[in-house]
Amino acid sequence: MTWALLGVPMFCGAVAFFLRPHGPRRFLLVAAALAHAALTLQTWRCLPAPVLLGYLELDAAGRLFMSITSVLFLAAAVYAVGFLKESRHAKESEQEDGFFFDNAPEAAFTGGLLFFLATMTLAALSQHFGLLWVAVEATTLASAPLIHYHRQRSSLEAAWKYLLICSVGIALALLGNFFLAVAARNNPDLLMTAKELVGNARTLDPVWLKAAFLLFLTGYGTKMGLAPLHTWLPDAHSEAPSVVSALLSGALLNCAFLALLRVHAVLSAAGLADFSGGLLMIFGLLSMAVAAAFIVGQADFKRMLAYSSVEHMGILAFGAGLGTAAPAAMLHAVNHSLTKGLLFLTAGNILAASRTKSVHEIRGLLRALPFSGGLWLLGFLAITGSPPFGPFISELWILKGALDARRGLLAGLYLALLAIVFTGMSSAVLKMSQGEPSEKLQAVPKTSLWRLLPPAALAAAVLVLGLWIPRPLREAVQEAAVLLGGR
Amino acid sequence: MNFWLDALIVLVILANLRVLGASRLDACIKTVAFQGALLGLLPVLAHLDSLNARLLFQAGISTFLKAAVFPWLLGKALREAGLQREVEPFVGFTTSLAAGVLFLGAALWIGVRLPLTDSKAAAALAPAALFTIFVGLFIMVSRRKALSQVLGYLILENGIYAFGMAFAEKQPLLVELGILLDVFMAVFVMGIAIYHISREFDHLDADRMSTLKD
Repeated sequence: MTWALLGVPMFCGAVAFFLRPHGPRRFLLVAAALAHAALTLQTWRCLPAPVLLGYLELDAAGRLFMSITSVLFLAAAVYAVGFLKESRHAKESEQEDGFFFDNAPEAAFTGGLLFFLATMTLAALSQHFGLLWVAVEATTLASAPLIHYHRQRSSLEAAWKYLLICSVGIALALLGNFFLAVAARNNPDLLMTAKELVGNARTLDPVWLKAAFLLFLTGYGTKMGLAPLHTWLPDAHSEAPSVVSALLSGALLNCAFLALLRVHAVLSAAGLADFSGGLLMIFGLLSMAVAAAFIVGQADFKRMLAYSSVEHMGILAFGAGLGTAAPAAMLHAVNHSLTKGLLFLTAGNILAASRTKSVHEIRGLLRALPFSGGLWLLGFLAITGSPPFGPFISELWILKGALDARRGLLAGLYLALLAIVFTGMSSAVLKMSQGEPSEKLQAVPKTSLWRLLPPAALAAAVLVLGLWIPRPLREAVQEAAVLLGGR
Repeated sequence: MNFWLDALIVLVILANLRVLGASRLDACIKTVAFQGALLGLLPVLAHLDSLNARLLFQAGISTFLKAAVFPWLLGKALREAGLQREVEPFVGFTTSLAAGVLFLGAALWIGVRLPLTDSKAAAALAPAALFTIFVGLFIMVSRRKALSQVLGYLILENGIYAFGMAFAEKQPLLVELGILLDVFMAVFVMGIAIYHISREFDHLDADRMSTLKD
């Protein structure tokens, strides 16, 4: 089971790399996504047994995050079929001589998407901290080429920044791994797996443990997009094709969050929850504040969504750091991913129709593109925490956690920042939606069903989660929160 | 503690100083490769009395990657990019070297104060590892060319590897190989990115790629 989860995307990715005809390759992408989703669903019936000495084991936390990835990838795969059909590669006609391969760009893109899924699955499965590091670094390397799909200068710049900033950040997390090993030096037989370290946390050296957490926070925090290390994120999210942006924001950031929380769990078990949780809360609120500052008056709607991701990663870190709100943070991770997937995919539709990312050049979306415009408005309401959508429930739950922990001041700050983001996004989104269609939206091509169904399905899921949380999910977020250092 | 280990640590430190002072990119590539080879041999020299197959295998792969594959990849990227072989630092070579001396002092100061250690090898290696990490970070921010930044990343990685050698020798082989594979893929993907940059922009200056900002 565990091997199949890794093997299916890996194998299909390798095949897609060399498959020439477009039709079968696109079919393979969707088939692999479906197979991965089916396998993931199977793990909800019973968790697979650990493999490889327990280095790879799906626990409740890993399963939750892998399920988010899998659902989002399925939506993205279906959307990608429409995307690839319509946006024929700009330079496809003039044969590009590559650095190493002369591959059709679309084949490399499809293969890259599937490798990306495999690496994210590995991150969710890894219990061993070294392996977890390998997985998180691999997600960077698999996704960086995807950002540069359109072969524009700006996307190349974004990919380069992403590659360098995240690689350096993650190199520091590797140093954190070694610090963790030093912290465990009194107990030389200890395996560096999450379970063993949490079980023997009291034997670890607290000074080295704290130093290790600082390095992990820098490293995985960079990858997760916590301010002030988020600088790569707006560029990468706005320059990547929208289907990649959706995956980066909804799935990749969560992987880094999961990795960070695995370390937080060790510190909590060692009685250092105040230290690590406190840092998570500080950087969470800082991320929300930085995001709020850049969302207000943002002229590029994909950048606006990217900063909204920074904001929501801040909310997740804040909730997880609180301890009392850890289950709420888990639920919010689910809600944020589904909503952000919906928004980025819809943004892709708007971009395809209008050929501009500027907020000021778009007016009258609801008339020109009734379906996408409606989804855009709905996604905006959901992501800013309006009822009756999923994020409303989880954000409220985090607020309640903050009040339960007697953090009234922080709770007030949290609410104020949410309000600023709401105002900032509403002015942009409402202007885009209403009024007469602007020049760029005259005579728009019809959007295919491939590109409409996935965001619509995600919107339905976000709405359902706002009205009713299924019992397995409710239990899963509690279990995951306990595993990841919550109280 | 043995003579060879001492000599090796000194050479690692000298390699750092040479990268700080070198003005040509190919010289930098060669020096970083040399440093990588030294560090690849390090586990063998540190355990001369207790050699085993796993150790030799790991050292062999690591040395092969760092001393042969990486310089080849980077050299290829440099040739594809045309005749842009000067380092062109933001911070001059003399200043860089002076900064290097400061880093060395700081690394020694911190290194001997780290509350450890049972093995003497670790005590000598820690300052060198920290120095290498500092130099890697410094090279990344103080050089203009995209290729120099990859070199800085490699030096940083070398330093972290040395640190791991000193303190966490019991990493499972699987994880060790995974890390090497990741570093290899990182250099590979960065090499491809450099190739695209030189084609798109007709230069390799990372600081001139600045259209994206708020």
